[in-house]
This record gives sequence, structure tokens and C-alpha cells, in this order.
Amino acid sequence: MDKQHRLPPPLFSARCRACWLVAGVVALVVASFLSLDLRLAAFASGESLASMGRFLGEFLPPDLRPAFVGRVVAGAWETLAMSALGTLLAALLGVLMALPASRARGPVRAGMRLLLNALRSVPELVWAAMLLISAGLGPFAGTLALAIHTSGVLGRLFAEAIENAPPGPGAALRAQGAGTVRVFLYATLPQVLPQLMSYTLYRWENNIRAAAVLGVVGAGGLGQLLMFHMGLFQMDKTATVLIAMLVLVALVDGASFALRRWLTR
Amino acid sequence: MPVNAAARRDPAWLGRLGLASAALVLLWPLLVATEFKPWLLLEPDSLRVTGRFLGSFLPPALGGEFLWMLARETWRTVAIATAGVALALLLAVPLTLAATRALSVSALSGRMAALPYAVRQAVRLLLIVLRSMPELVWALVFVRVVGLGPAAGVLAIALTYGGMLGKVYAEILESGDAQVTQTLLRNGASRLQAFFYGLLPQNAAELTSYTVYRWECAIRSSVVLGFVGAGGLGQQMDSSMKMFAGGEVATMLLVFVALVALADRLSAALRRALG
Repeated sequence: MDKQHRLPPPLFSARCRACWLVAGVVALVVASFLSLDLRLAAFASGESLASMGRFLGEFLPPDLRPAFVGRVVAGAWETLAMSALGTLLAALLGVLMALPASRARGPVRAGMRLLLNALRSVPELVWAAMLLISAGLGPFAGTLALAIHTSGVLGRLFAEAIENAPPGPGAALRAQGAGTVRVFLYATLPQVLPQLMSYTLYRWENNIRAAAVLGVVGAGGLGQLLMFHMGLFQMDKTATVLIAMLVLVALVDGASFALRRWLTR
Repeated sequence: MPVNAAARRDPAWLGRLGLASAALVLLWPLLVATEFKPWLLLEPDSLRVTGRFLGSFLPPALGGEFLWMLARETWRTVAIATAGVALALLLAVPLTLAATRALSVSALSGRMAALPYAVRQAVRLLLIVLRSMPELVWALVFVRVVGLGPAAGVLAIALTYGGMLGKVYAEILESGDAQVTQTLLRNGASRLQAFFYGLLPQNAAELTSYTVYRWECAIRSSVVLGFVGAGGLGQQMDSSMKMFAGGEVATMLLVFVALVALADRLSAALRRALG
């Protein structure tokens, strides 16, 4: 009878890997909250909630006067142009870097992979902050920053796509005496092109989000407008810029989704 | 056998040329809008400034005090990301439970009733709004409300990631096999019981794996949030860049790349262990 009523397993046992994992995660979370000294309890008090409410109330109503909306539309166009041109440059650079990175084993391949990883692991905003020094304030620095970071991401994805392309058509052209460039242009590229396009469109969706905030460090577009009006505490104008950001992101998502559907049809 | 010139020509060259020139025409307004003037980079003034900045990268700053400060700020960056994801979970889990269609009792017999349907759509809309605002914008807003410091970064990550986690959790829960959950619900289990004994065991590995992946992303974005004053590595990088202290920037970039690589490895290993 008693054998059916077994004890539940102990909460912690030294042989259980998941227990150690959970204990480690809990320790990390507790240490984070303790070391940061967030005083989150202070925000939940009535007074600070009221001031937060007042602050949010200032966003309404958004400033929709035609003159200002015109400036926001210009900013949105600049953001769109930055993201599109940045992604396009990144795709071109990415193909150029993916070719050596997809070669057979060797120092060229290893070096290129290292470069791609380095480009990729520094975020766009950090690139923009550094490029401001040589390219000056404005959308040009933002475009370059997007292009540099994205070329690292796309280069890696492209290299994998090129490596995984079926070798048959390339080998057939090579047997006919075609050179390396022709083999790439007429055998490898047509096979991987839909995949490359799809990766590029996916990164464009990411880049429109990034381009919208790059202006925060002075790299043009909607972000710069946001920073400017928020700095002056003109919350109604800030609200308009935020709405424009959301609309722009939603539009690009829709366009990219439709394009990808059309490409993979 | 010699191949004649006509046979060597690309048969589709006319179409390709047309597409290329159409692309150039479309490209022109983009170049104007982004003030794309690469030759500005090569002007002597700009070259001199760039050269001096890049030259000051070497040697990287390795002073004892600086390295100690760097270690502290790196921990803060990780702590902001971890605390942010922890709060995001607190936000995402209840919203997921509210949004998941698999836990609807009224949907067991055909269509979901009107009120539960409206509630689920409203929660979904809230999740979409939370995650479509970039975390940097949330951070800017919170810096105004709660002042400079890590709290703004933690709250920004909590809101954006709460939205992302909630949406993806709901998708994961709905994509699995619904039969176990439905059987439990039909036999009178409460919705929470159905979640803990039906949905959660099926999807636990996938949910954990996605959370770990998002934690890795949060570390990356917590560095960026520092640039608007939310503390951590980003804030130090921003101030060093403004002082043109290239050596410090170089060390911080190296630390940052190492941190991201480490988080990448750790998260990949954890996800592999989860299967």
C-alpha cells in the first residue's frame, strides 16, 4: 500500500543538470536586481504614477498641423531612403565578401569570416556614432552605418547560401571551358538569387527599424526629429513623430511581405 | 572548335540592361535623400580627423583603473539585460495566457464566444503596440520619466521584450498538438491546469530556447540603450567617443565583441542542451 505513495522527487539534487541550470538563472536574476539599485518600488508610488500620467497626457493630441506633418513626412522619406540604400549597398558588399568566405578551407576564408563576424557584432548605432566623426552629422553617416553592419550579416548568410548551392550546373559550365566569373554569373548566382533576395528583404525590414532610431545619435531621419522635439519637451510633436515611425514600419513590413510572396510564388 | 561571337553573347542582355537602367533611375532619389557623397570622406580635413581618431585606437587603453571600471560597466550591461528580460517575463506570461486560443473553453464547441474573442484580440493588439516601438524610443521616454540610469534601460527592455515574448509564446503554444489540452478542458480541468499539464510539458523546451535567444538579443540592445543614458557599456562608449579617446573606444569595442560572442556561445550551448 505504502509503495504507491512515493515521495515527490527532491527539489534540488546535485546530479540534476536542470536544477543547477535553474539555480544559476535565479542567482543571475537576483544578482542583477540587487546590483542595479533600481528603486522600482519608488515608481509604483501614487505621486510618481501621477507624474507619469501627466507626462503621457502631454503626448495628446498629436501636432497635426500641415507644416509640421510635412516635415515629418520628409523625415520619414529620409529614413526610408537610408534603410533602402543601406540595405542595397550591404547586399552588394555582402556578395563581394561572401565569395571569398565561401571558398574551400584556407586563410582567405578564415580571415573573411572573422571580418564578417566583427562587422556583424558591432550594432548599427555604434557604427553610426563612430562614422559621425568622419562623415559628419546627417543621413550619410546613418546609411554607411547600416550598410556596414548589414553587410556583415548578409555576407555570412550569402556565404552559406552559395556553399549550399548544388554544384552540378557550375561543373557543367566549367567542363565547357567557362571561366570563374562566368560560372558564378550563369550557374551559381541564378540558383541562389531567390534566397539572396529573400534574405535582403528580411534585413530591410530590420533596417527600417534601425534607421528610424539612428537619428538619436545625429545620423538623420525620423530619429533626429524625435530627439530634437523630445529635447525641447514638445510632446505633441514627439507624438506625431512616433506615429510616423509606427506607420512607416508597418508599411515596410507589408511591402516586404508582399514582395517575398511574389518572389517565392 | 572556335565559338563565334554571337553565340558567346548573353541571349538576355537587352532585358538585363533595361532592368539595370531602371534600377539606376529609381536609385537616384535615394542618393539625393541620403546626401550620399562618398567623396566627402576623402577630403583632406575629414581624412585627417579620421586618421587621428583611428590612430588613437592604438594602443588600446589598459590601465588598471580603467579596466576595473570596464568590468563593472560590463556587468551592469549584462544585469540590465537580465533584469529587463525577467520583468518582460512577468509581463509576457499573463498576456500569453490571456491571448492563447488553445486555452479557450468556448472554442471547444465550434466558434469562440464574442467576449473572449474580443479580449484575445485586444491583448494581441497590446502586444503588437508594445513590440513595434523600438526599445531605444521607450528608453528615451523613460529617461524623461525616471531620470538617467539603469532603470530606464530595464523598463525599456521589459516593455519591448514583453511584447515580443508574449506574441511568440502564444504562437508556439498554438502551433503544438491541441488534443491533450482539449481533452483536459473537456473533462473539467481549469484553464491553468490544462496549461500546466497539457500545453507546458509539450512546449517547454521551445519556450525556454526562445527566451534564452531573446536574452542574448537583450544584451546587444542594452549596450545600445547606454547611448541615450541608460547606463552600462554604451554610456561609457558614448562619452569616450565624444572625448575622442580612441584607446578607450578600442578596448570597449573588443570587450563588447567578446561579450556578444560569449553570450552567443552560451545561448547556443544552452539551446543544444535543451534539444
